[in-house]
Amino acid sequence: MQSNAALEYDYTVAKLYTYTAILFGFVGMLIGTLIAAQLAFPELNYLLGEYGTFSRLRPLHTNVVIYGFTVSGIFATFYYLAQRVLKVSMAESKFIMFMGKLQFALYLVAATAMVITELMGYTQSKEYAQMEWPLDLLIVVIWVIWGIVMFALIGIRREKALYISMWYFIACFLGVAMLYLFNNMAIPTYFAAGGVGSIMHSVSMYSGTNDALVQWWWGHNAVAFVFTVPIVGMIYYFLPKESGQAVYSYKLSLLSFWGLMFVYLWAGSHHLLWSTVPDWMQTMGSIFSVVLILPSWGSAINMLLTMKGEWNQLTENPLIKFMVLASTFYMLSTLEGPIQAIKSVNAIAHFTDWIPGHVHDGVLGWVAFMIMAGLFHMAPRMFKREIYSKSLIEAQFWLQTTAVVLYFTSMWIAGITQGMMWRAVDEYGNLMYSFIDTVTVLHPYYAIRALSGVLFLTGFVMFAYNMIKTMTSSKVLTEEPQFKSPMA
Amino acid sequence: MFHWLEKNPFFFAVGVFLVIAFAGLVEILPNFAEASRPVAGLRPYTVLELAGKEVYKKDNCIACHSQLIRPFKAETDRYGQYSLSGEYAYDRPFLWGSKRTGPDLHRVGNYRTTEWHENHMWDPTSVVPGSIMPAYKHQFTNIADIATAYAEAVTVKNAFHTPYGDDIQPGKKAFEAYKPKVLAEAKKIAAQMKNKDVKDAVAAGKIPEVVALIAYLNSLGTSRYDAKSK
Repeated sequence: MQSNAALEYDYTVAKLYTYTAILFGFVGMLIGTLIAAQLAFPELNYLLGEYGTFSRLRPLHTNVVIYGFTVSGIFATFYYLAQRVLKVSMAESKFIMFMGKLQFALYLVAATAMVITELMGYTQSKEYAQMEWPLDLLIVVIWVIWGIVMFALIGIRREKALYISMWYFIACFLGVAMLYLFNNMAIPTYFAAGGVGSIMHSVSMYSGTNDALVQWWWGHNAVAFVFTVPIVGMIYYFLPKESGQAVYSYKLSLLSFWGLMFVYLWAGSHHLLWSTVPDWMQTMGSIFSVVLILPSWGSAINMLLTMKGEWNQLTENPLIKFMVLASTFYMLSTLEGPIQAIKSVNAIAHFTDWIPGHVHDGVLGWVAFMIMAGLFHMAPRMFKREIYSKSLIEAQFWLQTTAVVLYFTSMWIAGITQGMMWRAVDEYGNLMYSFIDTVTVLHPYYAIRALSGVLFLTGFVMFAYNMIKTMTSSKVLTEEPQFKSPMA
Repeated sequence: MFHWLEKNPFFFAVGVFLVIAFAGLVEILPNFAEASRPVAGLRPYTVLELAGKEVYKKDNCIACHSQLIRPFKAETDRYGQYSLSGEYAYDRPFLWGSKRTGPDLHRVGNYRTTEWHENHMWDPTSVVPGSIMPAYKHQFTNIADIATAYAEAVTVKNAFHTPYGDDIQPGKKAFEAYKPKVLAEAKKIAAQMKNKDVKDAVAAGKIPEVVALIAYLNSLGTSRYDAKSK
């Protein structure tokens, strides 16, 4: 083993992505709160004219929180922890440093262009793949640069064995690359039609049922490789680091990783149950969704057992709270998903608000909690200052936890209510409710969901404030903290 | 083996890729050709309908409306015959949606009229009291992008052999020659509408978005392959 005492890690790029994670997190959640409120109070649709309707803003919300906030969080944590687990510094190679900065610059261009084009209404209308072809090309470049940085760092590493977190980041890189390329296969019509029409427009290479299959193979696995895989990579690094505990079981992490890789991709067709996709594919999607509980719970249990004998830290350290609750929400979400993928349950749940409810216990309770905990852990090490306020983190934790609980409980009730009302028949077998009855009944739940949005957004503002204070005016640290992040 | 893989990142990456690529091959490829086939007699969307589909995409109707009727009695009672794979053969992209904040639209052309849509897009609560859908008044003044819709028809005709006529050809000249046909179709719809701005625009040779959108909505359903249904 080489001594790494003299190794000074370079956090330039990690810091840049930390800033964008905070910025896009705020913007994305603000839009989310607005559109949640629009469903309860439709007058709010007219704040920005054509650009402010629920329908135009909804993909902007999903794209900004996914590609703005979450992906920034993934890159920020990657540029921080990859150096540390590989025992190399970005500063050791001018080339790697340049590529890292270039990747960030292009990312900022792409993210800005994404917001503008989607507001203008340029869209492929495929969920989580709305961006039109010029942006798709730019994203491919950004992704390839990330791959180059990753494998260049791996190439000059001092620690020979790849730590678990790196497995997940490599998988994130490969999985998204494969899925993104295939799902976005499209022909730009301007060129194919000899210079007629808009240069932005393209037409999908797949049609109808095939397009649906490819899209949900992507849509479901974007969840896998953006919302799950790198986030699991994060918790495998940050929880042991913050708690000073070794990962509970290496074998369990092996089983969970390879199991997740193999099983996840099969489950995409559970988004298409009862559709025109062949029955055997639907059944495969359904079965593999249930099997998926194993590797998902494997990781979560591995993390919870890492805290074995050290549960007192849960009361002492709010970052441990965030991470333990994150893995708990991960368990909830990965149990709920397979339940919804059972065909008879899906018949009621599909197309209802139970689905966004399920998504949000995952993305708020698991993804956002984990990213914020990771960034809090990184802050004292990157900025060499202690975290500005512990009590603010505590308050943020309880506020946001309340928000998540309000979100999914209200959407469970809304979804099941609506699903049951759609199919309710009277004694003669006639439908009991017109469609609008099933909309107006949801008003109270939509109002609760909007409130939950306000609470979560408020918590996020507290997070942003705490981070900015930590960067600028908190007490300076003379040496790097080993485990528990110092906080005032 | 796993220890060895963890020390050899290249083979590790190859291993991961094989494991994740496997499912896609098994689930997507076998049925690919069959799922591309249209139902008998299905006609492709007209250029005006394609322009309307672009309005549908631009204002992102799929955020709240599905186009997929599932094979349950409650759904066929409400929306009509359940959806068939072959009905989507010319849908690029598919627009099934994943959320029904509003009702399904796959057969909306079978039971709603131009007049109803005009009132609904101008003020949803005027025809559906209690509706939470926003009004889309900007569609009455924004002009639809017919050139791009035409370019799409050319592209799918040449790339995927979608059965369009010989008058759909690449190039600006061919488009100029085709334009009057689109306008003629738009005029038929505008004749059934009452909004004065829309009527004036169409008379002046411009097609507002709402006209194209209504053409598209009217085409949804069984009329594109079954003449008796309308």
